[in-house]
Amino acid sequence: MIDIRRQRLSEQRFAFLILLPAAVVIFGVVLFPLGTTFVYSLQNMELISEEKGKFLGLLNYARVLGAPWFWQALARTLYFSVVSLAVETVLGLLIALLLNTRFAGVGLLRVLVIVPWATPGIVTASVWRWIYNPEYGVLNAVLTRLHILGEYRAWLSDPFLAMNMVIVADVWKMTPFAVIFFLAGLQFISASLYEAATVDGAGVFGRFWHITLPALAPTIAIVAVMRTVEKFKAFDIFYVMTRGGPANGTKVLVYEAYLKAFSNLQYSIASTLSYLIALLVLGLTVAYVKALRRGEMA
Amino acid sequence: MRRGPAFRTVQYLFALAVLLFIMAPVAWMVITSISIHRDIITVPLKIIPRHVTFQRFVDVFTNPENEIAHAFLFAMRNSLIVSASVTLVSLVIGSLASYAFARLRFAFRSSLLYLILFTYMIPSVVVVMPLYLVLSRLGILNTRPTLVLLYLTMSLPFVIWVMQGYFGSLSKTYEESASLEGCSRLQVLWHIYFPMARPGIIATAILSFLIAWDEFFFALVFTSTLEAKTISVAIAEFSGKHYVDYEMIAAGGVIAALPPVLVAVIFQKYIVMGMTAGGIKE
Repeated sequence: MIDIRRQRLSEQRFAFLILLPAAVVIFGVVLFPLGTTFVYSLQNMELISEEKGKFLGLLNYARVLGAPWFWQALARTLYFSVVSLAVETVLGLLIALLLNTRFAGVGLLRVLVIVPWATPGIVTASVWRWIYNPEYGVLNAVLTRLHILGEYRAWLSDPFLAMNMVIVADVWKMTPFAVIFFLAGLQFISASLYEAATVDGAGVFGRFWHITLPALAPTIAIVAVMRTVEKFKAFDIFYVMTRGGPANGTKVLVYEAYLKAFSNLQYSIASTLSYLIALLVLGLTVAYVKALRRGEMA
Repeated sequence: MRRGPAFRTVQYLFALAVLLFIMAPVAWMVITSISIHRDIITVPLKIIPRHVTFQRFVDVFTNPENEIAHAFLFAMRNSLIVSASVTLVSLVIGSLASYAFARLRFAFRSSLLYLILFTYMIPSVVVVMPLYLVLSRLGILNTRPTLVLLYLTMSLPFVIWVMQGYFGSLSKTYEESASLEGCSRLQVLWHIYFPMARPGIIATAILSFLIAWDEFFFALVFTSTLEAKTISVAIAEFSGKHYVDYEMIAAGGVIAALPPVLVAVIFQKYIVMGMTAGGIKE
């Protein structure tokens, strides 16, 4: 009895020992600053203020939540996340279904589909900015040659259009991620299910609706939650393509927090805003874990 | 299943459209990088260049006079050193931790695991201000080791999350017989778990490398000179200048994209495995 307890204890001690290096890094570089940011958000941190360091309670939160720019940035973040995610999911599903069939060159296409995903975010952003260039951009050149466009357009000069053009670039980079997941999921659906459905007279769409989609539902849920978190974190694509402009049209929450901290030096407001972003992400993480559990049970 | 000619046609047209959508931006970047300036700014644009030059790539490796080319060379070196270090360190530290999560019983096991998942999800901007103040007080801004430390917080949760699942899926029989033979826990880990988990280790190594290579936010905030600046920061910097040398930036883009794209294409099988096992990494 005593022996077993001692063994347990040493197992626990050994576990904590080998967890230590990872714990030190994660605690020191994420959790400690996370706590400090929270403290900042409750204080007056403005550098020039005479009352720097004064405890303000939730006043900063009231300030941020009462500011129109916060709700505008949140709306833009939601628009960016929802639209790009919807397009990526639908497009990803279609491409996965295509790559799951047999045709000449499917092997090559399966390899190439990973290329945009592997291309660094900054490279993606600068390539697309160059493609959209108003004077020399290849998009203008191709569209005018095809007579789709009468004259050259400045794709990133209109606030709403710019947001949608950023979404196109993001869809280019991240659709492969969905494709890879869906393709893996498709491989678990047994062919006999399809055959049985065909015998019962189900057409292409019937089979898709009654077999493929339900089987992929847990995978779709996992990808959707995971991607939503990443969408909320998106920074580099906005930094290179639009810098939050034109007329703040692409200023999302994370970009706004970056500007408040490093451009305006409004540390209190930036910390508060960051914390609100962290809370949103926490909510999404909970949703993610739930989706994972459901996926395991299915 | 029999497919009619209509199905075949749709299939090939769609495949062609996908191929174009995926490869056209990459192709345009490559074409820009080997074109001469005059051809690139011709209106109407000629998509197939008339003159081809590889001078920009030669400049990157041999010409210290060309400011941008020189910056790209040093930034590439920094990116390589930082990404390789992150991969190595997160594998060692991460697999130790994931063995504990997969095989040992200890207090708060599952809460700790979810806490780690949560730290992976935190946007960098949330922790950046305290980090900046602390690191500048310590005088270690703008160094490669600092970047490595910061990137570990992104790769470690991923490695731990994937590897603990992988270790957990391995059979316990070998481990039990090895400890009956008198192997210590570390020996079991080294001689039994590591060899058996090789595919998982390769997968997480590749994804750690890709995560570190792709990172931009911390590199932007914490590096300022060629001592530590990564290739992403160098490219972002030159594409933000008032006068933009599109061809040179395209060349930088080709160079920056080459390592991760090659790694992804060659090790695709492992990447798919790692991603679907862990269900993380953007």
